[in-house]
Amino acid sequence: MQHVIEAKNILTRFGQTIVHQDINLHVNRGEIYGLLGPSGCGKTTLMKEMVLLQKYQGGSMKVLGYDLNHIGHQKAQELRQQWGVLFQFGALYSSLNIYDNIAVSLREYTMISEALIAEIVSYKIHIVGLEQSVKEQYPSEISGGMKKKAGLARALVMDPKLLFLDEPTSGLDPISAREFDALILRLRDRFDLSIVMVTHDLDSIEATLDRAAILDEKRVVAEGDLQTIKATDNLFIKTFFKGR
Amino acid sequence: MSLHAKVQGDTVVITVRGDMNVKSIASIEPLLAELLIHSIPSKRFEWHLERLTHFDSAAALLLYTFDKKSRSLGATCKFHANTNHQNIIDAVYHRDYHSSGVVDHRLGPVATVGKMAIQKYQSFKDFLAFVGELFSALLIYLLHPKSIRFKEIYHAIEESSINALGIIALTTFLIGVVLAYQSSIQLKMYGANIFIVDMLGISVLRELAPLIAAIVIAGRSGSAFAAQIGVMKITEELDAMKTMGFDPYLFLVLPRIIALMVMMPLIIFFADIMAMLGGMVVAAIELGISAQLFVDRFNEAVAMKHFFIGISKGPFFGFIIAAIGIFRGLMVENDTRSIGINTTKSVVEAIFMVIICDAIFSIIYTSLGI
Repeated sequence: MQHVIEAKNILTRFGQTIVHQDINLHVNRGEIYGLLGPSGCGKTTLMKEMVLLQKYQGGSMKVLGYDLNHIGHQKAQELRQQWGVLFQFGALYSSLNIYDNIAVSLREYTMISEALIAEIVSYKIHIVGLEQSVKEQYPSEISGGMKKKAGLARALVMDPKLLFLDEPTSGLDPISAREFDALILRLRDRFDLSIVMVTHDLDSIEATLDRAAILDEKRVVAEGDLQTIKATDNLFIKTFFKGR
Repeated sequence: MSLHAKVQGDTVVITVRGDMNVKSIASIEPLLAELLIHSIPSKRFEWHLERLTHFDSAAALLLYTFDKKSRSLGATCKFHANTNHQNIIDAVYHRDYHSSGVVDHRLGPVATVGKMAIQKYQSFKDFLAFVGELFSALLIYLLHPKSIRFKEIYHAIEESSINALGIIALTTFLIGVVLAYQSSIQLKMYGANIFIVDMLGISVLRELAPLIAAIVIAGRSGSAFAAQIGVMKITEELDAMKTMGFDPYLFLVLPRIIALMVMMPLIIFFADIMAMLGGMVVAAIELGISAQLFVDRFNEAVAMKHFFIGISKGPFFGFIIAAIGIFRGLMVENDTRSIGINTTKSVVEAIFMVIICDAIFSIIYTSLGI
């Protein structure tokens, strides 16, 4: 399985409005892949389609070898345990403290003992760069940046093969944003992760992405490494990468 | 995943094959604990992990805890793994933190009661502060009638009262039907059919219609106030209003309270009509009392004061429901869960206070002799 994600001729419609038409792209194993484009171009929608949150109206999509057009409940549950998703604002469960937010999948899907769960949760909190003391706090008591890191720890808890990040650096201060980039690179190298992210952050794009797709006017206008993309003749790309 | 352990002198050789990851380690966790106990006094554990097909940090942490325990028993561990897997193991060994679970801070019964008492006291004080603000805002309304937000009041009237008429009609009609039906059986036995009118007229106008209307409005509109204002608080809309100079009390709170205080008597009037209609239908079917006869008897037997007593409760019930709903909305903290908690509380507290208020009215009117 060389391609962790393969999208072919994806068509998405909201009522009469066509959001995507003939979207073709693939994500290689072990790479950090970006979905870029102007606001409202449907990047987040495309990502939601990849994680089974939204249906597309035409075409086919394969994620980690599972065909999303013909996926049953059982297979879908299996697939969901192999990826991690970080939402834009963390989307932590407000009724659970940070520890339980991270531990919830372990308790639900495995029979691992509480002692080892504590080890795993502590380790994930450590690798995302949070203090161990956040464990007992509730999502409403921590800052936006910490929520993102806790959300990342939760996304990583099952040691996924594939990680989806929705605007991971938005709302972070520049120092935390660069730390987040470094963290993402480190995770990829250490855990053999494939990462798909939606982002607007140019520094983050330059620092982390191996390949990317630019969505504009309902289509993929460019796909490939940053050199290839910058060489493409497109108004959005020209303005977006101006001077880089 | 398969695990084999073999004792060679003072060394235990453990070979693991297959996928050793977060999904599979639970099956060997108790095994390893046993292995550790049974293999003492072995001095060394040799782990052969070269044949693993998948390995992750959860599995590495299992090995780490095993190593830690074995060291405390005076043994050592050695891992043989390919480079990728060795990196994961090294990563979990490199640590500058103490792993721990979370302590369950459950309070004892006395502490729980104490905490609840303090919370109730605090929320009572908050409510007093809210009422204070409300009246100072009302003063602004009265001193500067131009600041009255008529548009907001009309909107609140439509949302919280006019749109509730359908459900009010249905519930009170059914209450009238049920009440008449139950009493008709008793009345028939004594041949006192016509007294259905007295009974229904007095109980519905005086007590039931106001109470049922208040309960429905508390469940429907009071909870909506709490949720709307709670969400506005979370999304910082209230703060935005304050910074732009729009006092939420003038723009959100008072219009809603005024709307319900004005509309509640009318809703009760409407509820009276519907409940009597329900009673009339049953009286006609069950007791053979025609509509004409029903109305004649109603004119004769049910004094006007019963109607006015019922209606007079309206503004008070309206105030209680709206004030509690809005107060609960303002108590929402930056946490989605607290919307649910406060919405529930708004309904429970509003209904409870309405019943208390009704009881007080009952005492007052009785001692006044009406």
